[in-house]
Amino acid sequence: MAGTFPSRGVWRRPGLRPVDVIVFAALLALLYGLLRLAPALNAPFLPKTAPSTVSTDPADLPYYAVRSLLRMFIGLILSVLFTFVYATAAARLRRAEKVLIPLLDILQSVPVLGFLTVTVTAFINLFPGSELGLECASIFAIFTSMAWNMTFAFYHSLISQPRDLDEAARIMRLTKWQRFWKLDVPSGMIPLVWNGMMSFGGAWFFLAASESISVLNHTYALPGIGSYVAAAIAQSSLSKVGIAIGVEIVLVIAVNVVFWRPMVAWAEKFRFEESEAAERPRSLVLDLLRRSSVPDLVSRPLRPVGRALDRVTRPFGLAEHPLQRPVVRARTGDVFFAGAVFAVVVYGAWRALDYVHVSIGLGAFGPAFVDGAATFGRVVVLLIVASVIWVPVGVWIGMNPRVSRLAQPVVQVLASFPANFLFPFAAAFFIATHISLNFGGILLMALGSQWYILFNVIAGASAIPSDLREAMQLMGVRGWLRWKDFILPAIFAAYVTGGITAAGGAWNASIVAEVVNYGHHHLTATGLGAYIAAAARVGDFPKVLVGVAVMSVYVVGLNRLLWRRLYHLAETRYSL
Amino acid sequence: MTTPGPVILEAQGVTKAFTTPDGRALPVLDGVSLTLREGEIVALLGRSGSGKSTFLRCIAGLISPSAGTVTYRGELLNGANPGVAMVFQSFALLPWLTVQQNVELAMEARNVPEAERHAKALHAIDLIGLDGFESAYPKELSGGMRQRVGFARALSVDPDALLMDEPFSALDVLTAANLRGELTRLWEGHDFPVKAVLIVTHNIEEAVQLADRILVLSSNPGRIRAELPVPLARPRDRHEPGFEALVDTVYGILTGREEAAEQAVASTPGAAPAFNPSEVPLPEVSAGGLSGLLEILAALGGRDGLAELADNLSFEVDDLLPLVDAAVLLGLAEVHGADLEITDQGREFATADIDASKMLFGKLASERVPLIRAIVNGLRATADGTLREGFFLDLLRRGFSDDEARRQLDIAIDWGRYGELFEYDKESGQLVLGSDPAKVGV
Repeated sequence: MAGTFPSRGVWRRPGLRPVDVIVFAALLALLYGLLRLAPALNAPFLPKTAPSTVSTDPADLPYYAVRSLLRMFIGLILSVLFTFVYATAAARLRRAEKVLIPLLDILQSVPVLGFLTVTVTAFINLFPGSELGLECASIFAIFTSMAWNMTFAFYHSLISQPRDLDEAARIMRLTKWQRFWKLDVPSGMIPLVWNGMMSFGGAWFFLAASESISVLNHTYALPGIGSYVAAAIAQSSLSKVGIAIGVEIVLVIAVNVVFWRPMVAWAEKFRFEESEAAERPRSLVLDLLRRSSVPDLVSRPLRPVGRALDRVTRPFGLAEHPLQRPVVRARTGDVFFAGAVFAVVVYGAWRALDYVHVSIGLGAFGPAFVDGAATFGRVVVLLIVASVIWVPVGVWIGMNPRVSRLAQPVVQVLASFPANFLFPFAAAFFIATHISLNFGGILLMALGSQWYILFNVIAGASAIPSDLREAMQLMGVRGWLRWKDFILPAIFAAYVTGGITAAGGAWNASIVAEVVNYGHHHLTATGLGAYIAAAARVGDFPKVLVGVAVMSVYVVGLNRLLWRRLYHLAETRYSL
Repeated sequence: MTTPGPVILEAQGVTKAFTTPDGRALPVLDGVSLTLREGEIVALLGRSGSGKSTFLRCIAGLISPSAGTVTYRGELLNGANPGVAMVFQSFALLPWLTVQQNVELAMEARNVPEAERHAKALHAIDLIGLDGFESAYPKELSGGMRQRVGFARALSVDPDALLMDEPFSALDVLTAANLRGELTRLWEGHDFPVKAVLIVTHNIEEAVQLADRILVLSSNPGRIRAELPVPLARPRDRHEPGFEALVDTVYGILTGREEAAEQAVASTPGAAPAFNPSEVPLPEVSAGGLSGLLEILAALGGRDGLAELADNLSFEVDDLLPLVDAAVLLGLAEVHGADLEITDQGREFATADIDASKMLFGKLASERVPLIRAIVNGLRATADGTLREGFFLDLLRRGFSDDEARRQLDIAIDWGRYGELFEYDKESGQLVLGSDPAKVGV
């Protein structure tokens, strides 16, 4: 699995079902609920004191970079905590699972950026008159871009735990707390770390988009590298954007070397025998740490804490469930639970539709779907062009071990790099050449999302067994035949994984890519992303709700109708 | 030999059924009872499909029986059995903990103070011959050493009863023999902290070597077919006559089912019988393996003891008996007591060239295997000689679980393809009658 997302089980669930209607209703209800968190529309809730821009003095950049990094790590810590609680609840509580997993599915498909305005206003309302609300909103945006993926991965590792270890833990009578730390967390460590690393890379994009944001015709900026770029763009200063890009590259690489690489190498310790990796990830930093006295210095004072926690959590009982349950009571409970969930969902969906109906009318869904079709077209073109370009390149890199050793980290940095930093260059180019953003938007969306295809194709190509390659070579299979019957089928599974991620990323990116400002130029494309962005800027919440709901419908529909089928095909037919 | 003491565990009429998608209950265990007393080793012997591991898990309190009760020292279980420790076939060690940490984990769960925990773990590690490996990770150890950690972990908590789920079957023959010997030595010695042992196995010699009592389970569903005391003094020599006689007896008991199956086939000669595939489930065997067995049997003079055959091939019961089942089902061999004898057809099958032997295989399969006969007849009845696999899967689901129905159809497809009776297209799930009807002579 060298390098591909280890959370494939996520896609193993079946296609479009009647229950999806309920799921969509729940989506509407959820979006509406979030909207209600935001304050009344006409209330003067925004602190006029918050700065609308930051200084563009490069000397301030290191400080901004640290602030941004801090936000990223707070977001990561929150995501891990959320993952532990949510995934454990979903895996261990029978009824909760029925609600939590579809909900997670929805959350994963909602374009987070579309809701930035709503969350910003909600958080400002929580901390009136303070910058803390903005800070929270930014961290929340980062959190939402990381958490779902990690939660799914951890949930999947919990439910696919080896049966013998589960039985051993039960028969040893481990307490709930002991089981969680001795079995559940270690066995989910590898997917958690890998997904954490991937999500962290993706989150830079959201950091950049959420540090400087316009709500209700007012722009707010937090000290950070994202707002620095925004300020530089407003001044049309490409050189300052360039400096920020340099700093960002250093940041991404440094975080990889100092944090993620050691984490990945360390997590190898938690690998089960059967799935031994061909090449063990190594990390110099980790080796250094292991040789030093740091681990001992850190763990010694923590040991009594661990013992105390072990004692304190003992009353919570064993990680065991009674073998016999009164059937009638369980059934009645099920019925009541299902009824309550159903009622809440239906009520919420009805309120959401009613809210749209009385404000802008249900007819608003029509134009949104039309705009969605435009964005859909862009996503399709993007996927085709990116595949045509990156599949051959990825195969070439993946099949040359020497090249791929050099290229892998580069591609990883490219995938982590927030594409919105590059937007001003593209915008300047479009303005100079008079290219409409209707077409240019495709390029902007591709800047961030295409790397997922490349990344996964490289991983897939390098995982092709060498004896198979040698056999093909000996039989003289070459040219088109080699591609058609050997390479494309062999990388298909990896390609589908890349395609899913790339498409998801492109939809999200459309919200910032279909409306681009550069200096005093404003470029706009027709599309759902522009629809949502425009509605968000003027605080037209019903339109935001409609736009986000429609985009979710597109994303979920595409996943169910296309990607999952391809995924199923890849798993059953083309798995190596 | 000690006289059995007070009852530790008691299972009464344990029945376990899993539910098929269409709501029918498929029994895995049917009314199995067992009493485990202090001072005895009991072996639970059965082939795959006898539900012996399921039964062990009922006793361990890991799953609940559909009917019947399990008590520990008179208390009804409603959760993991507090008085037992378990040794797993797959060892079930946590790969991220060292040997010592793995052994201490069970005691940690029981809130044993740290110093005592440490001392007891070292004692258990020492007892089981692991000293020097305390700080090793399971990955660094061989299979045999890993299972020693499994034993040390189980013994460290001084359980009333030790449950073992095929503890030696993942090990190579020599390592398994070595560990078995040490287990016997510990049991006979005085500082073994366990009062009784229940071992689940499909290895007949292992059962005879270790146990005071052997319970033989039949398959599909599991029922107790026989209970055999083992009146041999330890250490037991597998070449002494009493040992060999007992092994032969057990072989005879275990192959008894196939005679019944043969009768079921023989009672409906030629003419279309009522299709009841669950009466004669197909053993999971490839045609190649079958022809290998018959070649060896022919080379050995056409008749040999099952125990000797297994020994010669270093096969376990679960490897050999499905092959025997298949040979008997196809009429290629016959079981007499604990011996296997090749038939004339079997000799022909083993010595003919590949095409002739495939044709014979196809002929026998379409005559004697109800499922394959049903498929061939079904395909012939259609105009274009094609049927969807779903049709047969639905039929099979009447008598098998979903997975088992799939497995049965896969075996039938494998056999049918080998005998060139029909073809199968996995993409569309279509079964197509073989192109040459002459080959499909019934």
